[in-house]
Amino acid sequence: MELLLSSAIGTLTAAGVYLILRLRTFAVVLGMTMLSYAINLFLFSTGRLVVNAPPILQKGVEVHTDPLPQALVLTAIVISFGMTAVVVMMALGAFIEGGDDRVDMPRADRMPGDDQA
Amino acid sequence: MSPALIAVLPFIGALLPGLLIRSGRDVAAISCATATFVALLGLCLHIPAIMAGEVVTARFAWLPSLGLNAHFRIDGLGLLFGILILGIGLLIIAYARHYLSREDPVGVFYTYLMLFQGAMLGIVLSDNILLLLVFWELTSLSSFLLIGYWKHLPEGRQGARMALTVTGMGGLAMIAGMLILGNIAGSFDIGDILQAREAIQASPYYLPALLLILLGAFTKSAQFPFHFWLPHAMAAPTPVSAYLHSATMVKAGLFLMARLWPVLSGTPEWFYIVATTGLVTMVLAAWIAIFRDDLKSLLAFSTVSHLGLITMLLGFGTEAAAVAAVFHIINHATFKAALFMTAGIIDHETGTRSIARLGGLRRLMPVTFVIGTVAALSMAGIPPLNGFLSKELMLEEATHAAWQGSPVLVAAMATLGALFSVCYSLRFVWQVFFGPERQDYPHRPHDPGFGLWCAPALLVVLVVLIGLFPAGMAGWLVEASASAVTGTAQHPHLTLWHGVTPALMLSITALVGGALLLALNRRLLAMRAAMAWLDAKAIFDAVTRAATCAAGVFTDRLTNGSMSRAFAAFSLTVVLCGFWAFSTGGWQGATRPMLPVQPVPLVGWVALMVATCCMVAFHRHRILALVLVGIIGLMVSVSFIYLSAPDLALTQISVEVVTVILLLLALNFLPKFTVIDSRDRKRGMDAFVATLTGLGFGALAYVIMRSDFAFSPISEYMLANSYRLGGGDNVVNVILVDFRGYDTFGEITVLGIAALTIFALTETLLAGASGRRLRNWVHDSRRAGDRHPLMLVVVTRLVLPIALVVGLYIFLRGHNMPGGGFVAGLVVAVALVSQYMASGFAWAQERQKINYHALIGAGVIAAGLTGIGAWFAGLPFLSSTYGYVKLPGLEEFELASAMGFDLGVFLCVVGAVMLALNSLSRIARQAGATVNLDPMDIDPSKEARR
Repeated sequence: MELLLSSAIGTLTAAGVYLILRLRTFAVVLGMTMLSYAINLFLFSTGRLVVNAPPILQKGVEVHTDPLPQALVLTAIVISFGMTAVVVMMALGAFIEGGDDRVDMPRADRMPGDDQA
Repeated sequence: MSPALIAVLPFIGALLPGLLIRSGRDVAAISCATATFVALLGLCLHIPAIMAGEVVTARFAWLPSLGLNAHFRIDGLGLLFGILILGIGLLIIAYARHYLSREDPVGVFYTYLMLFQGAMLGIVLSDNILLLLVFWELTSLSSFLLIGYWKHLPEGRQGARMALTVTGMGGLAMIAGMLILGNIAGSFDIGDILQAREAIQASPYYLPALLLILLGAFTKSAQFPFHFWLPHAMAAPTPVSAYLHSATMVKAGLFLMARLWPVLSGTPEWFYIVATTGLVTMVLAAWIAIFRDDLKSLLAFSTVSHLGLITMLLGFGTEAAAVAAVFHIINHATFKAALFMTAGIIDHETGTRSIARLGGLRRLMPVTFVIGTVAALSMAGIPPLNGFLSKELMLEEATHAAWQGSPVLVAAMATLGALFSVCYSLRFVWQVFFGPERQDYPHRPHDPGFGLWCAPALLVVLVVLIGLFPAGMAGWLVEASASAVTGTAQHPHLTLWHGVTPALMLSITALVGGALLLALNRRLLAMRAAMAWLDAKAIFDAVTRAATCAAGVFTDRLTNGSMSRAFAAFSLTVVLCGFWAFSTGGWQGATRPMLPVQPVPLVGWVALMVATCCMVAFHRHRILALVLVGIIGLMVSVSFIYLSAPDLALTQISVEVVTVILLLLALNFLPKFTVIDSRDRKRGMDAFVATLTGLGFGALAYVIMRSDFAFSPISEYMLANSYRLGGGDNVVNVILVDFRGYDTFGEITVLGIAALTIFALTETLLAGASGRRLRNWVHDSRRAGDRHPLMLVVVTRLVLPIALVVGLYIFLRGHNMPGGGFVAGLVVAVALVSQYMASGFAWAQERQKINYHALIGAGVIAAGLTGIGAWFAGLPFLSSTYGYVKLPGLEEFELASAMGFDLGVFLCVVGAVMLALNSLSRIARQAGATVNLDPMDIDPSKEARR
């Protein structure tokens, strides 16, 4: 199970990073969403994997999984929504204002003498 | 008065000018003077106790776990410096009132001055070295503001920057030194450190700590080779120079050396580093001062020289030398403040500070002449003024000091320094006041009003009185502070006439030599012009320029405007650092057994992996990519359920819904397909970077999951106390609203700010050129014919009350079962958004009575008020309480105060999500989406009615 989850985290990260490295805003937004999934899963996994032991106190149940990473991830999920929303809005604004959805600075505006990108 | 209150008074005073400046400059000055005077009075009330050998303390715990406590103490040394800071501060406030011109923002000046005064006072009254460091940095910052007060002058800005760079750098070194010192002593309280002399001097870390602390002290006190910032700080208004460079800022380094004298001094390292630096500084700066043309620059170098003198005395490490040092601190403060103020008066009245343009002011400005001359003669060390007394004590000590076995070297050098000092002091008097009257002063000179000369006059009276009656005037203060410096009771015998001693001989040599040197001044000037002269400012500028260039080259290569390049560099750095950290760590191998793989999770994993790979392959097809995002999010939520995290699953799935809606709304405008615009090579490189990052991250997750906890997790405490302290069974929810409530409070605030940012962005988009462009927007895809379909409208209407009830249910049960404010907020938001989707923005908006901004605000306020409520029960912020309530007709149920907090979370989440989506739909309306008045396009009931 650990292997499955860590391979999923790795794949999501790789996909997220690859998409963030694209040159258009929407791909970057998608990439950030993917990276958020990966990071949330990763944070969650630091509490180690436990099946069938939710951190809810009930009579007769002694084993609970670690609740702290869950609390952290819960707020992280909501915050990453906020972040995605702001980034989407910026992408949209840039597209409406500038007429294109590239993320990179136009080559003409870059630092002089530095164009080997 | 409590020492803590005394230390706080100047900061309170700093607020007053801002509030009172509308009532005029006098009121602002008087308010500051009052705060200063009250603090001075409070300090003086402690004199009897301190003279009796007591130490007055006030102790407040601040961050006891770090050893950082607001402990204040007043002993003899603190008293001496406190009197200097507040007493001279009072005079400066009066002087500045008349010095600053009508155009200068006086309120700002007084605020900076009081801030600085408070920081200085904090340093000398701190009984905790970490607290002292805080005040130390504050002096650097506030002196930066003061030196750069005349913002329009480039010299002022450069001088302020240089002072901040040099003293700030020293301050950083000192932080390290102080931490080492505190660790050796086992406490950060000065009282404890002063008891730990043996342990500190025996420690192998003594030398590093000493070097680092001295770096801080030397930079602050402008000791060679860090002396160069002080003359450039002279670009400040003269009251600032008079304050910073006579009694306060530069004395902070001396104070620190005196404060730590009992534990650090007495070793050969201390002697050779401190005494030698002081000696070199004294002679070198005095030599430079002889040739300065600018009055303030001359005084600045003479200050550096006198600071060197005091440093040298402290460096000798003997008790008699410490007494001399303390005495000279008092004397230097009095005559140097008077001299700076005199220079300010001359500048103010004649319009120049250049010695070459002055001369003959004796008859034109008689009052200034008397004040300036007496102070300068004291600086020269001429009897019977106070400068003579301490200079003689210094020479006396110099004859006792042996440097590398040579008994005369120190005495000879010290005499040389004194000789130079006589020379520049006499030059100050001679070339400014004597000589023929000139016709070409920039302004016609005359004595200033009483307001300007009363402060220096008062100081000069002190100079004379201390000189004539040293024991009566200053003996008690020297006794108290010298006892505090040395840690043993001192009874110095201060008198004007010691008999014919070697020191007297050296004094006479210095006086005669200095006068002769002045007579040769013209020839000396020529000699000096021929000498190659290293300009410290040029070196400083070259070094900072080189550092800026190097940093610029580095950052420009990484962030040249290409986001993807910067991000790739960042990813690679993180991976490399992580790999390096892991390879140098000591992972013992997997210790936790793997969980067996069940078939259903395996299916989920396959779905996730396939969806992710498809996503990368087909991300150019944006709508398809969104569908795939939905699948991935769903699989992530499912894995949360399987791995015992029901709360996470609920949150993830509801966030998923709103995220997809949000992205869809954005896609309404953005292109539906991504064009290929990177070459194969770049895509290959990107794939390589991405794979490497993914492998690293996945491997890290695997290693963590297969290892046991390094130490028992803090959540054990939370599991054990969730019910007892938080009154809830759902530990995740109790952590959110109680144990880590402060974090959650911050997070909902951030969420609210994010939503407001979106709103603000929308506002700018709707206005101006982009607003016009939106009005003429041509959509790239066809609009649907039936935009508000009957089925959707009916279903969402039916679902709305159900969804609201579900939201309420999830909210109420959240404390004990999976659920809570976050999830409930998201569910309600989804229910509301579905109305927008079904019947259109305008229709839904008309029925929407609550403002989303108000919702966010109410949420943050509700959470905050719940937290504050705990104060009334005498508990810390956000502690929760709970009880059981019985209402007629219902079963007994639990009511926790955390529910109020959770309500805040709920409101904030609803408000933020709705405001974000609402903003996007406003853009759509601007771009010509039809405004519908009916809930649906084709309404059969309407037809039937007709």
